[in-house]
Amino acid sequence: MHINIILAGVGGQGILTIAAVIDHAALQSGLTVRQAEVHGMSQRGGAVQSHLRISDKEIFSDLIAEGTANLILSVEPLEALRYLPFLVPDGRIVTATDSFINMEGYPSMKQILEELHHTNHPVLVNAAKLSREAGSIRTSNMVMLGAAAPFIGITSEVLEASITKLFQAKGADIIAMNIRAFRTGQAFSQLQATAK
Amino acid sequence: MTVRAQTYFIGFKENNFSSLETTYFNELTMKQLLLGAEAIALGALDAGISGVYAYPGTPSTEITEYIQKNRGEREQPVRSDWSANEKTAYEAALGMSYAGKRSLVCMKHVGLNVAADAFINSAITGVNGGLVVAVADDPSMHSSQNEQDSRVYGKFAMVPVLEPASQQELYDTARYAFDLSETLKLPVLLRVTTRLAHSRAGVEGTASRLQNPLNAPYAQDRFVLMPHNARRQYNNLVGMQGQLEEHAESSWLNRLIPGTGSTGVLAFGIAFNYVMEVRQTYGLDCPILKIGHYPLPRKKIEAFFNFCDTILVAEEGYPVYEELLRGYFGNNRIKGRLDGTLPRAGELNADSLTLALGLAKPEVIPVPAIMVNRPPELCKGCGHRDLYEALNTVMSSHEQHHVFSDIGCYTLGALAPYNAIHTCVDMGASITMAKGAADAGLRPAVAVIGDSTFTHSGMTGLLDAINDRSPLTVIIADNDTTAMTGGQDSSANGSRLLKICLGLGVDEAHLKTIIPLKSHLAENIAVLRKEIAWDGVSVVIAQRECLETTARKKRNPAVKA
Ligand code: SF4
Repeated sequence: MHINIILAGVGGQGILTIAAVIDHAALQSGLTVRQAEVHGMSQRGGAVQSHLRISDKEIFSDLIAEGTANLILSVEPLEALRYLPFLVPDGRIVTATDSFINMEGYPSMKQILEELHHTNHPVLVNAAKLSREAGSIRTSNMVMLGAAAPFIGITSEVLEASITKLFQAKGADIIAMNIRAFRTGQAFSQLQATAK
Repeated sequence: MTVRAQTYFIGFKENNFSSLETTYFNELTMKQLLLGAEAIALGALDAGISGVYAYPGTPSTEITEYIQKNRGEREQPVRSDWSANEKTAYEAALGMSYAGKRSLVCMKHVGLNVAADAFINSAITGVNGGLVVAVADDPSMHSSQNEQDSRVYGKFAMVPVLEPASQQELYDTARYAFDLSETLKLPVLLRVTTRLAHSRAGVEGTASRLQNPLNAPYAQDRFVLMPHNARRQYNNLVGMQGQLEEHAESSWLNRLIPGTGSTGVLAFGIAFNYVMEVRQTYGLDCPILKIGHYPLPRKKIEAFFNFCDTILVAEEGYPVYEELLRGYFGNNRIKGRLDGTLPRAGELNADSLTLALGLAKPEVIPVPAIMVNRPPELCKGCGHRDLYEALNTVMSSHEQHHVFSDIGCYTLGALAPYNAIHTCVDMGASITMAKGAADAGLRPAVAVIGDSTFTHSGMTGLLDAINDRSPLTVIIADNDTTAMTGGQDSSANGSRLLKICLGLGVDEAHLKTIIPLKSHLAENIAVLRKEIAWDGVSVVIAQRECLETTARKKRNPAVKA
């Protein structure tokens, strides 16, 4: 088992929360983890990414080589496309469709969707809407994690246990809401898969 | 130069994440998932340091932050507050070592320029308690203005340099470095690069040991570097080089990965990971000599060169040793950064090593043509925005509208929509460059500097300007924190900044405070216009707390104000 994930988003959107859950879950599953992140000026509203690698073997490089990512998990649609050169040709994109526009020349949603549909069965998630349904827009990252869960190679039970662990300090209500968000995303993802 | 290349300090924690547990154990293996920077910190704590000294700077900040967060669990107190700059940090660490205790000092690569005087001379005096300087280099300039290679400094100072390749090695190396420092009585440079510092992996700790007792021997002959002592000490240092090499020769950080074939890879630091990755992916079996402890282990290198026909030299940083080895073994047998086999600049990765080893990379999906850059920007509602709006209004009425600036969040004022600043070179250079330009006749001469950067190395420049009566206006953007690196306490802000300026000799009539808020725009423009027009040294302090700091305090009321 060897999975390479690119996490993508805009600085401040909290992709490291997603990374933290997957890291924890992988470690609990006895897997090896490497997760490179950007602590950068780009985190002031710039493009940010994290390379997350999980394996049952030794991992050497902190970075994912081009053409070897199994999954791009993005919380912003344009950002999903930025890292296409990392994706294996039949790799999957799971992305939120809520665009975050803070620069000139942002392409039209139609153009972005067109490009996304060139990839292998992209999972396109209206994370804002689904997270509100789960209880709060702040859980949108857990919606996205849920949507990506089928492609991560770690069981949902373990991922949910990690969510519980990581949000422990915030109390039972916040945990429950985030679990709900995770399941909402997961259900949505499964629905899209069967619809295809 | 790209935007990111102009910035110095980074290290922001994202909203939702900062309140989550970021390190945790696997109960089965007792492995903790740690950033490379944190692995150094934990290693140093377990090695029995009595203190860490540092000024924040990406990618080194998290070393000190980890110690600040975790020192409470230690039996013995560990001193860990931020220093005013890297030089004061280094000297304090040397003082702690002088008193017999172990000290860690951390900085980013350009920070070592600031601390270089202390660093180089501490190799001449030598140390008492173990002294380790952890320097984080930033190849590819993710958050810095250059990609200088600190190994050069290590060579220059003639001290051991350690360059681990993984998070676990970083942890283990921390203790090894302190032991080496105490054995040789020399400071030891621990070099890490951004990629390792900011990447997480499972790390297994070992038992921690006690701190050293206080033990400050009188040793004028070592520590009073008057020429007669300095000459003898320097000769000692030169004489020790063979001993340093012997340590490197038997070091666990320098090891051979056997293989077959006529091409071998001499892999320095993190480059080792990329070669191993390529070996794993493509099923290669090339021999590798991993180097992580300098000075170079000459015998090991010679044996390796005897074994291989062609050697690929892979260094994460400058081609420091490639150049040296080319001189020794000749150009024909060596490939690397200097002949274009690897890129001359920027960080390495598995892709560049794949190509360098003559393999074909997989076909990749190109980035779609519709892609646009997403540059960073000042937070919405940030006081720097209001400051630049006012400043731009004032400067637009001057024919010469140069603004000299510095390193921090406000550097983002160089970008659209403000395009408000025209220089950013090194910490503190805003004031001194404005002074020089004013001396040359440029009017007006305006500097914008943050509170933390001002106390780091802006104050002395202001003193120069006052002594020289150079007409300039210094705007101190006081947001109450070192914002760009994630909100560390700055050495002075608020009313203390006013007192510092008065103490340096700023005329009280030309020391003004403004509040950079939309509602104060007209008033702020008036103050800036008047002070910029005045033909002398004036200081305008723009005081408003960083929004991120405000938010952090709200989330966690215990955060120090
Ligand atoms: S609000 Fe704080 S963190 Fe944001 S840009 Fe301003 S100073 Fe930097």
